[in-house]
Amino acid sequence: MTDQLFSGAEMVVKALSALNVKYVFGYPGGSVLDIYDAIFQQDEFEHILVRHEQAATHMADGYTRATGEVGVVLATSGPGATNCVTGIATAYMDSIPMVVLAGQVATTLIGDDAFQETDIIGCSRPIVKHSFNCRTLEDIPNIIAKAFYIANSGRPGPVVVELPKDLLIPQNKGVYSINTNVEMRSYNPTAKGHPKQIKKAVKIISEAKKLVVYSGGGIVLSDSSTLLTKLVETLKAPITNTLMGLGGISGTHDNFIGMLGMHGSLEANKAMANADVILALGARFDDRVTNNVKKFCPDATIIHVDIDPTSISKTINAHVPIVGLVDIVIKQILEELKETSYTPDEETLNAWWDQINQWRAVNSISYEAEKAGGKIKPQHVIESMYRITKGEAYVCSDVGQHQMFAAQYYPFAKPRQWINSGGLGTMGFGLPAAMGVKLAFPDSHVICVTGDGSIQMNIQELSTCLQYDLPVVIVALNNRSLGMVRQWQDMVYGGRHSSSYMESLPDFVKVAEAYGHVGIQINELSELDQKLEEAFAIKNKLVFLDILVDEKEHVYPMQIRHGAVDEMWVKKGVKA
Amino acid sequence: MRRILAILLENEPGSLSRIIGLFSQRAFNIETLTVAPTEDPTLSRITIATRGDDKILEQILKQVNKLIDVIKVTDLTERKHVERELILIKVLAMNDKTRTEVKRIADIFRGSIIDIGKQIYTVQLVGDTDKINAFVETLNHETEIIESVRSGVVGISRGEKALRV
Repeated sequence: MTDQLFSGAEMVVKALSALNVKYVFGYPGGSVLDIYDAIFQQDEFEHILVRHEQAATHMADGYTRATGEVGVVLATSGPGATNCVTGIATAYMDSIPMVVLAGQVATTLIGDDAFQETDIIGCSRPIVKHSFNCRTLEDIPNIIAKAFYIANSGRPGPVVVELPKDLLIPQNKGVYSINTNVEMRSYNPTAKGHPKQIKKAVKIISEAKKLVVYSGGGIVLSDSSTLLTKLVETLKAPITNTLMGLGGISGTHDNFIGMLGMHGSLEANKAMANADVILALGARFDDRVTNNVKKFCPDATIIHVDIDPTSISKTINAHVPIVGLVDIVIKQILEELKETSYTPDEETLNAWWDQINQWRAVNSISYEAEKAGGKIKPQHVIESMYRITKGEAYVCSDVGQHQMFAAQYYPFAKPRQWINSGGLGTMGFGLPAAMGVKLAFPDSHVICVTGDGSIQMNIQELSTCLQYDLPVVIVALNNRSLGMVRQWQDMVYGGRHSSSYMESLPDFVKVAEAYGHVGIQINELSELDQKLEEAFAIKNKLVFLDILVDEKEHVYPMQIRHGAVDEMWVKKGVKA
Repeated sequence: MRRILAILLENEPGSLSRIIGLFSQRAFNIETLTVAPTEDPTLSRITIATRGDDKILEQILKQVNKLIDVIKVTDLTERKHVERELILIKVLAMNDKTRTEVKRIADIFRGSIIDIGKQIYTVQLVGDTDKINAFVETLNHETEIIESVRSGVVGISRGEKALRV
């Protein structure tokens, strides 16, 4: 019997099924029409048609951040592929596993500047974990299997696979075979931390007088929050999270001292600055955390655990580098603590906590409540949102002031609940990301916190929401301006609001209605809570809440530029 | 400080561009770069001469290692090693005096004249970077240099140590 033969397009579909893909996010076009034809004739996975390829990447990304499954994007050659670039970069910066299948002109035309030809491998090279060209159709299944393996192992990240048209057409057929147990001689990420380094780290931890645990997105990506919580409770140490790490430990846990960094809590940044030992777990000492690296915690001994060796000692020198998967390393640390019968010294610990509680008492994450009849404060909206959703919603954020308010005023109980573009800071991320989450968790509250600037960067996806019945709640904190830009202009540029004022805003209520959704505007403080509750009670329709907030509000606290990690403005004109 | 990195990587389309892209993207310096397949045609070997302090070098090594195609990378300058560069240089040799002088210099440096034109000598020389620099400088004193091409540095560690899969 001869082997059954398949076209490259059929192989793509078969490979995706073999890899248990449930959704593919994409947009058809000339070079990938054969794949779309093959998708039409199968029912193993669903294709979600977006309105712009950038949204496909963010939607896949949101789906992945909420579920942990690799997101899959399908785009045509040329503009389809280049529209994915921002989404690929977003995923790359936040280490999100993603496979982008990009069409390409036929191999016979590559290099001829053919219609819709772009070197997408070249365009995306600095923002992918890896990329593949397919040169024969028999290569396609194993290249896709490799792409998934690379995307989702070690430090995760996006992988681009370029599929030329002539390998996909039904006239060319070949034998399909796939090996999903990928092994590569050039790629073997480390899993366990070096035992000597673990011993060294535990010794330093045991001798610490002012220990801080600083954890990041690595905890979320590796589902290590239970282990992290156990570690923190064993150490009885304060813990701070990065923006990407929120939910790594419950935001209401007694040991949690808030987010650190540029808009972090005073207590978190003070604890870092005064620590004698910093245990960094799956975090990368980003510049939005450290402030001026030259002034960053000069007296602290730094233990840095990360899966990516390049993250260690890149910006801040680590005294004890530990390369490994953060869940495995935490287990190793817990075992070593047990073996050495670690018990924290109560007196030292109490002194450290007394100091932290003094910083906590400043109550740096606070705002001046509205006066009667005054404009709604954006922070108030987030607090009400937290109360109404009982802290259980998935909160997908865009980028700007609203992002920081959401991070500060919505304590996340669990990892994967807080979804935002932390590294790249991509405006337009929020709505498509929320759609991806809603697809995975249709029965949960899924909120897109956004602003009047960000929402307009992917507002066309309201149409996709209607097509696939994705009733997310859009909470637009509308301040009629690009709030974060405006804040910097107020603070650094003498109040000159250069191009940060959004004139000619659309009527968002009508926009929502035009797309077949519910639009609600909230302008009066007295109506805020009631209207929010009404909105969250609507389960079967997308609700767009256009909330007019105080445009003069700034995000505080805020690190003082070029200062140490704990040099902060706690409110307008007031230094810590 | 000058360093010579030896990189063993998959001989795949795009693997060289990933190395070069990495250096430019992260503002690492490349003084010379050479690449060719090894005796195993599935592998390429790249030699890069670069400059940087210990911190930069550590990042370069880690970043190169992080590339999926890269199997091994090592800093040859960390231990005893041999490095060589090749130069082909075309010089003006109009009269007997210059011809004799060019021949003499080539002999002293243990180079060889590999082509002769009506008024031109082409000389080949192998050596480390310093020797080649000295050779070029000496020739420049005696005659006019018409054209030259250098291969960039290749290197290998001394003794038993080897860079292999």
